[in-house]
Amino acid sequence: MAVVVDGNFANRQSFLHRYIFSQDHKVIGVQYLVTALFMALVGGTLSMLMRVHLGWPQSGVLDPAQYLGAVTMHGTIMVLFFLTLLPSAFGNFLIPLMIGAPDMAFPFLNLLSYWTLVPAILSLLVSFYVPGGPAGGGWTAYPPLSAVPQAAPGSGLGQTLWLLAVALLCVSSLFGALNFITTILNLRSPGMSMGRLPLTIWALLFTAIIALLVFPVLLAAGLLLLLDRVAGTSFFEPAHLLVAGQILSHSGGDPLLFQHLFWFFGHPEVYILIVPPLGIVADVLATFTRTPVFGYRAFVLGLAAVTSLSFLVWAHHMYVSGLHPLLGGVFMTTTIAISVPFAVLLVCLIATLYQGQGRIRLDTPMLWAIGMLSVMVTGGLTGLFLGDAPSDLYLHDTYWVVGHFHFTMALAALAGALAGLYYWFPKMFGRRLDERLGKIHFLITLPAMYATFIPMHFLGLAGMSRRLYTASFYHFLSGTQPLNVFISLSAFVLGGAQVLFIANFFWSLAYGPRAEQNPWHANTLEWEAESPPPHGNWAVRPVVYRWPYDYNVPGADEDYVPQTVPLAGGPRPEHAGVAGGGGG
Amino acid sequence: MPDRRADQDGAASRGAWWFGVLLLALLLASLASFFVAARVWWLPVRASEQAPMVDGILDALFVIGLVFFVAAQVFLAVPLMRRRAAAGPFVPPPLTRMPGIGAIIAVLVLVIADATVLALSERDWFRMFSPPPADALRIEVVGRQFMWQFRYPGPDGRFGRTNLRFVTSGNPFGMDPDDPANAQNVVTVNEMHVVVGRPVVLQITALDVIHSFNLPNFRLKQDAVPGRPVTVWTTPDRAGTYEITCAQLCGVGHYTMRGIVVVQSPGAFAAWMASQRAAIPPAGKPGAIASGLRAAAPARHEASAGAASAAK
Repeated sequence: MAVVVDGNFANRQSFLHRYIFSQDHKVIGVQYLVTALFMALVGGTLSMLMRVHLGWPQSGVLDPAQYLGAVTMHGTIMVLFFLTLLPSAFGNFLIPLMIGAPDMAFPFLNLLSYWTLVPAILSLLVSFYVPGGPAGGGWTAYPPLSAVPQAAPGSGLGQTLWLLAVALLCVSSLFGALNFITTILNLRSPGMSMGRLPLTIWALLFTAIIALLVFPVLLAAGLLLLLDRVAGTSFFEPAHLLVAGQILSHSGGDPLLFQHLFWFFGHPEVYILIVPPLGIVADVLATFTRTPVFGYRAFVLGLAAVTSLSFLVWAHHMYVSGLHPLLGGVFMTTTIAISVPFAVLLVCLIATLYQGQGRIRLDTPMLWAIGMLSVMVTGGLTGLFLGDAPSDLYLHDTYWVVGHFHFTMALAALAGALAGLYYWFPKMFGRRLDERLGKIHFLITLPAMYATFIPMHFLGLAGMSRRLYTASFYHFLSGTQPLNVFISLSAFVLGGAQVLFIANFFWSLAYGPRAEQNPWHANTLEWEAESPPPHGNWAVRPVVYRWPYDYNVPGADEDYVPQTVPLAGGPRPEHAGVAGGGGG
Repeated sequence: MPDRRADQDGAASRGAWWFGVLLLALLLASLASFFVAARVWWLPVRASEQAPMVDGILDALFVIGLVFFVAAQVFLAVPLMRRRAAAGPFVPPPLTRMPGIGAIIAVLVLVIADATVLALSERDWFRMFSPPPADALRIEVVGRQFMWQFRYPGPDGRFGRTNLRFVTSGNPFGMDPDDPANAQNVVTVNEMHVVVGRPVVLQITALDVIHSFNLPNFRLKQDAVPGRPVTVWTTPDRAGTYEITCAQLCGVGHYTMRGIVVVQSPGAFAAWMASQRAAIPPAGKPGAIASGLRAAAPARHEASAGAASAAK
């Protein structure tokens, strides 16, 4: 039974309304994607400058204040303005297509979510050029350092603009999260029950729920800090502060309050960054092993468990902050506990690879999916050392932490996103990325990822702190410079290799071979639409009869059966997915 | 992507085999680098009774981590390297066979490993925060941009009153000259002396922003938070001179916040303390500074921060 799409939905015809102030989810998704890639370039350039300095401190490329500005802005841009935008990019593009909807539930809100992001980014970029320079208190912006302008050069106007940028980002993310959840719950096509959702969509749903709950807390923390800076309040400053020879008039506040607010957001934030890549990798693994994802139900329950537990672990970032030791004991328990459902997710994915032996297709998306699993395991295991409180006593705020979060965020989340980009590029732009260049990109990047970030763990074990302009003041660190040089050289290779991707991306946009509708022979609904889909996505809304993982079903003509193929008269799989068919 | 012909299948499985080799090569390179690092860049020498607890937990985590690291990377490579004829229809195997049974075993082993390390860690964590013994040496530690200040009580065991309005470079704690207890307090900057075998209680806070008092050799780290004194303790058990670092970003001079902790015999400590007390000026003047005050370094950073604020 067909459902005809509402023809009045089509956008107005002017270029401005079709491609700039667009309400089309696909255009907005691409806007997010291009913005994210641009910010990655800015953040990546900062990291290259940092690595030049750390490898060769005599080079004079950065002075101490500039170094701290680079560290702060690198972290802020990469976490909040690159990796956080990727779920928005993928979610916006994919959600309506994968559930059979013509667009998001709230197209105008969608437009607003992107266009509140743009002033946020402008505010952040402008802060590089103001007196005092950009914020220099780390992306974590702990007060009083970030609250008192005299405490550091970047704690002046730069920090204020940083707070403005982060506040606008929170608003933008909240709009997006609302849209994602409503769309997934309300706009599914007939037959698309929750049990037939692709795991990418489940992942995006849980991500949006986390975002909806925690971005308000970051917004609150930022606004309170802003008030402390400009309105003379003392949410985070106690009495008797002596900064730069001045006794400050603040009193009654507690710096730890900011840390609680920040990390109540900050920990779930890293799950916002990793959960969508996990869902993407699940779908890519299914397509390129030509078998169902192992343990669909376990994976969804694992996502639910990780999502819930992610709100209960935040103070493992605060083990040495001055909390009552009992709290440290409690959060250590919850933090170690969350490793179990997370392991369930990874085990399902590795098992999918295992059961696909003999059928594996190593196109570039699949290379990245497997690469993601490799770096995710490494990063997850190093996290155990930090979640454990006694061991964190030594490793806290050392380069072990830097190695850990780069493995999980910069490597695993990025690898998952690259898998998604190589996978959905044909659908987004109607062209194919160059396979050979993609494989070369992967083959240089994966070893360079290991070479750059594994040695950071050794720096951490040796005791080198993060955010150090140089370790040369400390005699016990005097042997560590060779590690820094090795890391810097590896980082240059890693950074340079990304040029291959950027070149591939833009060249293929213009000159790549035209993509067919379903180049990977995948089952999910987006492949039923044209490449790229028109406004409104479907002339007739698809009806769904099966789950997305009917690959190599006994009795089928092809090794894949799209979700729109009816069961009656069609191949009858022994595993028709999770019960709950019918009713969209 | 239609079903490939046999030669394409051959090429595909050769490529997969090489990818498996790459993953195993990365595993081996990681392990090799780890063993090299263990000989060249490992943790600094232990100097406190707390250190073996921390190092013991680290060792347990390394065992668990290495086992799972090797297993996971191998299980990623094996499916790529196995030569299997591309079978036809897919029938999911029962959970009692691979990969289901492997998945269940992997999660169970992780649960057991997690529970073990959690139990050991909780025990050690609460041991570290148990109340200190009564005969401990008490020291006040204050972090500020960009130095560490220490205050020892006098023979009466009391710390005198302080007030910020008395703070000068000659009186960094701002000791109130009217409080007689201050007359016997010994103040040092960037140099802390403790006694081998005698517990030391450190009351840690900060004057301006959050710092972090870090003694790597003692495996002791505690944030110095303004307005929130936190007490930690341990017992140094190896004589020598070790370094103090700041482990929380505190401004442009963060990387210069180096101090030293001297662990000495009771006799040497008593001699040092006597020389410090002898240097205290007569009552009525703010407390003098013991050797170790580096006026040049703090002044440079205070001047630059002060200049920044003056420019506003």
